Amino acid sequence: MEGLYAFCVGLLTACGIFLALRGRTFPVVVGLTLLSYAVNLFLFASGRLKLNAAAVLGQSEQYSDPLPQALVLTAIVIGFAMTAFVVILAMRARADLGNDHVDGRLPEAPKPRLPRRTGGQ
Amino acid sequence: MQHLAILPILIPLFTGALLLLPPFKDILNRQRGLALVSVTAQIIFAAMLLMTAATEGTQMYVLGDWQPPFGIVLVADRLSTMLVLLTSVLCAGALLYACAGQDKGGQYFHPLFMFQVMGINGAFLTGDIFNLFVFFEVLLIASYALLVHGGGKQKTQAAVHYVILNLIGSSLFLFGLGILYGTLGTLNIADMAIQVRHLGEAEAILAKAGGLLLLLVFGLKAALLPLHFWLPRTYSSASAPVAALFAIMTKVGIYSIFRVHTLIFGEEANLLADIALPWLWPMAMGTLAIGTLGVFASPTLRVMTANLVVISAGTLLIAAALQSEKATSAALYYMLHSTLVTGALFLIADLISRQRGKAEDRFVKSRAMAQPKLLGFAFVIAALAIIGLPPLSGFVGKVLIMRAAESTAEIIWIWPLILVSSLMGLVAISRAGTTLFWRVTTAPSSDDKAHPFEIAGIALLLAASPLLVIFGGFVTEFTADAAQQLHDLTQSVNALLPESTLHTGGDH
Repeated sequence: MEGLYAFCVGLLTACGIFLALRGRTFPVVVGLTLLSYAVNLFLFASGRLKLNAAAVLGQSEQYSDPLPQALVLTAIVIGFAMTAFVVILAMRARADLGNDHVDGRLPEAPKPRLPRRTGGQ
Repeated sequence: MQHLAILPILIPLFTGALLLLPPFKDILNRQRGLALVSVTAQIIFAAMLLMTAATEGTQMYVLGDWQPPFGIVLVADRLSTMLVLLTSVLCAGALLYACAGQDKGGQYFHPLFMFQVMGINGAFLTGDIFNLFVFFEVLLIASYALLVHGGGKQKTQAAVHYVILNLIGSSLFLFGLGILYGTLGTLNIADMAIQVRHLGEAEAILAKAGGLLLLLVFGLKAALLPLHFWLPRTYSSASAPVAALFAIMTKVGIYSIFRVHTLIFGEEANLLADIALPWLWPMAMGTLAIGTLGVFASPTLRVMTANLVVISAGTLLIAAALQSEKATSAALYYMLHSTLVTGALFLIADLISRQRGKAEDRFVKSRAMAQPKLLGFAFVIAALAIIGLPPLSGFVGKVLIMRAAESTAEIIWIWPLILVSSLMGLVAISRAGTTLFWRVTTAPSSDDKAHPFEIAGIALLLAASPLLVIFGGFVTEFTADAAQQLHDLTQSVNALLPESTLHTGGDH
């Protein structure tokens, strides 16, 4: 279980970082969201993974650490608010700046190396 | 008063909420009145808290009476109360300036301003590292909205970078916290300092990764070298009172480095002792160097001020890397000075920019200002103070930091760097002043005079510089005590935990 869990968190983080490094705001927002999912799962695991263990004393033989669950809850709420804000900001940037590039201006198109062929199919 | 320690968080919170409700909503003058009253109250209570912390020792406020290390605590020691008072004073200056008309640029200026102050105060006061994260987020989300206050392309552009960077920073913060909680089993800063001594080798590597992730996040906030590129653009595009308030935000990062990497990962942390130092040294010096180059290359006064913020961050981080009581004390003095003076300089830059018409604050020839004497006087005081020429506070601060480096091996790096950076700063800022004030065309000057509130705001912040020199003995004595309290673990760790945890800590 730990291996699978770690793999999932790692994959989410990797995808999140990859997308956050893109140039357009939409992939970046999606990347930030994936990153915050990864972080939530990671925080959850910091109290160790246990099966059949409620975070309540006296309900079962084993109990799990309740604190990471509280932390995850807080992190989810904050992450949600931040994502909402960044989406609105991205839309405003699109409106204000006329494009959706994170730098606010489109990079110049790379010059073609070969002279463009004309005509000729 | 029993609840004094939580008032610096509650007052701005309730003021902010109240400002959104009917008697104050939509009526700017009432909002201004309430905000100013609230800030005055904040200064008074912050001063009371400071006096209490100084005379009666560290105040611990246990929320909901859940005893540490399990509950959430606020810790009001000398260091945190001093910074809370600094925040209130800076906030008063910026708010006075904003009340002259800058708050009209967009809705909800005053509530957001209050929420940001609440976040900053909370970050200084909290004794729990997860709460530090929460308060970081509070101050950040308010700062995102404040940054775009007033609107305009530049601000949106800067805000996109700033928000995305800080969101990634928050994710890394949580990763770091997760690792530290997984290995140490606690989030109370004092308790973490105890637990970190008992780590085995396998766990120590994980905790080191967590600790360094936190350094990365604090470095992002504090504008440490490779992470500072967002700062000049963000600060220079924000509206003046917001930029002035932002002057304390880098200091929140530096404070966190002091708190976490002196207390938890300090000398006593066995396997993890001083993990930050190998990174902090080169980067702090690099920050100072690149800030100096930035000052030289700045095309406008606002960008120059933003780069001066980077210089002050670099200087403070060098003092943090020195990791000694004397250096911390010097850093605290310098922090008080640099926050208030850079705040004032942002406000002055805005006034200059408004009175020069189309040329704004660019270093080009333009028409004369309406009030060249007043602004010139203010500019000279701020410039002298920030560069560190006698007799103002910057001089005292830099001398203190250099004295603290005197007996260390790193002196061959620190002294030349600080001195050369001051010299280059002096050249750059005098060139800026000459252009701004003396290279004028014959075109008639505008009649856009400064509002009395604006002058009052600037005067309040600038007055701090001579006052910090006149009462220098008293202030340095206080910062020395605060630094001693921070470095003395019996005061900053053991006193904050019940006896039982101290003894059972070893069983982990």
